[in-house]
Amino acid sequence: MSTVPTPKRTQPVLRAQAVGARLGGVQVLHPLDVQFAPGGWTSIVGPNGAGKSTLLKALAGLLPHQGSVWLGERLVSEWPGRARACALAWLGQSEQVVDDLSVLDVVLLGRLPHQLWLGKPDARDLAVVEKYLRLTQAWDWRHRSLGALSGGERQRVLLARALSVEADILLMDEPLANLDPPHQADWLEIVRGLRARGTTVVSVLHEVSMALQADALVVMAQGRITHHGACADPQSHRALEQVFDQRIAVHAVQGQWVVIPTPSAPGPSPISTAPGAPL
Amino acid sequence: MRPPVRRAPLILALGLLTLSLVFLLLGVCIGSTGWQAWADMQNDPVAWQIVWDIRLPRSAGAWGAGALLGLSGAVAQGLFRNPLADPYLLGSAAGASLGVCVALALLGVSPASLEWLAQIGLTGAAFAGATGAVFLTLVLARGVQHTLRLLLAGVVVGVVLGAASSLILLLQPQLLQAMQGFLLGSTAFVGWSGCVLMAVVWGLCMLAAWLFSPVLDGLALGESTARSLGLPLAPMRLGLILVLALASGTAVAQTGLVAFVGLAAPHLVRSLVRAAHAWLLLLSSLMGGALLLAADLLARSVMAPQELPVGVLTAVLGGGYLLWLMHRHSATLAGDAP
Repeated sequence: MSTVPTPKRTQPVLRAQAVGARLGGVQVLHPLDVQFAPGGWTSIVGPNGAGKSTLLKALAGLLPHQGSVWLGERLVSEWPGRARACALAWLGQSEQVVDDLSVLDVVLLGRLPHQLWLGKPDARDLAVVEKYLRLTQAWDWRHRSLGALSGGERQRVLLARALSVEADILLMDEPLANLDPPHQADWLEIVRGLRARGTTVVSVLHEVSMALQADALVVMAQGRITHHGACADPQSHRALEQVFDQRIAVHAVQGQWVVIPTPSAPGPSPISTAPGAPL
Repeated sequence: MRPPVRRAPLILALGLLTLSLVFLLLGVCIGSTGWQAWADMQNDPVAWQIVWDIRLPRSAGAWGAGALLGLSGAVAQGLFRNPLADPYLLGSAAGASLGVCVALALLGVSPASLEWLAQIGLTGAAFAGATGAVFLTLVLARGVQHTLRLLLAGVVVGVVLGAASSLILLLQPQLLQAMQGFLLGSTAFVGWSGCVLMAVVWGLCMLAAWLFSPVLDGLALGESTARSLGLPLAPMRLGLILVLALASGTAVAQTGLVAFVGLAAPHLVRSLVRAAHAWLLLLSSLMGGALLLAADLLARSVMAPQELPVGVLTAVLGGGYLLWLMHRHSATLAGDAP
């Protein structure tokens, strides 16, 4: 996969002001403030149930929430639907996509906000779709149905769909799910390409080493932001280690930050390894 | 990249229209008096009446009801993102049955002996029952935002209204036979007025569904993604539910509860072509029309001069088709397994 650098543009700033959310009567996101640098890449990390996906959905305007999410000078909720869709693209986590759609149809749907209602895709739409299908190496199976693809292949198609919106801001919830290491590296190249052309990227990631490749890191736990800082900042590394109960350690390897699991604290193992012992 | 050329939907549409015309011609010729009525219609006023006032409207009506069911089936499956969704999912069938049951109880007579005014009243009662049931489902689901809540509300409304119908039949057992005719589904009572009504409703529903079809395309990617694409989900979902209620309610009011056509027609179309919903809705409708007309022809000819209720035939054939589909699907999955 290759990157597509184009000149930087002026992007609207995405910021949350006292944003909180309740799901099923439980406050899963406590009111928080956060702002994302335009043209930068921010990773959101934290243990399961930290409220990362809920925050991302609230930022995308896909979830009823307390507080305000601002996109530029206007609240996200006040943007007209198509204008907001052109400014803010979304790649969800484990979305149930109908299997009998072709890969091409799925990615073409990313151009929907740019088209007239019931209009046909024009030459520009087709060129954009081809560009991102090739970028995600999904071009060769563009005529296959989604149901005939593996989990990783589907994820690449859905990434191509989100990229084909060509929005100023791209929000991605666990975009590396099902991707093998080479395609994770390709995804990293794509995000760097987006950043080079001025797109603001916010991603929720469980792959912490990948998350540390971003510009900024938001660390979350129990519905709150515990730290927001630069990925290269040692304080960010300490916050990361702390939120995962010191079960990981951040090290510098060949000029990159890498996360290595650490052994559990001394004491009885949660799983006995004695022969014949019941698990 | 060149724009994708998709001739298959157009070819299928033309094929289905041709097939429907052939079936319509056969429908005009087949009956208890056989081909003779068709041959004598120029000279014999009775033969003319048989062909023009009975065979043609019931055949056209079968096509119309099938087309409405096929359309509403495609809308239901797209809207609920479930290939097993059928047009009666939101309680319209149970509502229409209750409407007819109440009307029969008030009139106290069987449909065969009713005058045309009462026939229209019965059709109106079925339609009012169907739309009322869908409205009740919407109220119980507190809107159209949550698909699962809508489906559950539809099931509850179906069960409760079904129980109400059963209670009325228990209190007035003389209505049982008349109700059975309705529940089994039949095209025998469709006249020209019903055909015109179905044609108008089909035109309106087809146009509305076509206008809202990008929402169904977007929903195929999941609700969050559809919303992120700027699609106005709530108003258009409501519009599509109204299309579903109007189309299925009108069909049920004219022909009773015809099973499986609305479920099988979109499946058949999807197994033949892959297309966006703008095409899928039209093709499912044409397929539904051709299917019900073919089933009506079979129902009239299998035991001629006796006639089978067409709903029984569609249930048997449609059920068989679904079983075959399940078998094929599981065989494919088994073949894919490592």
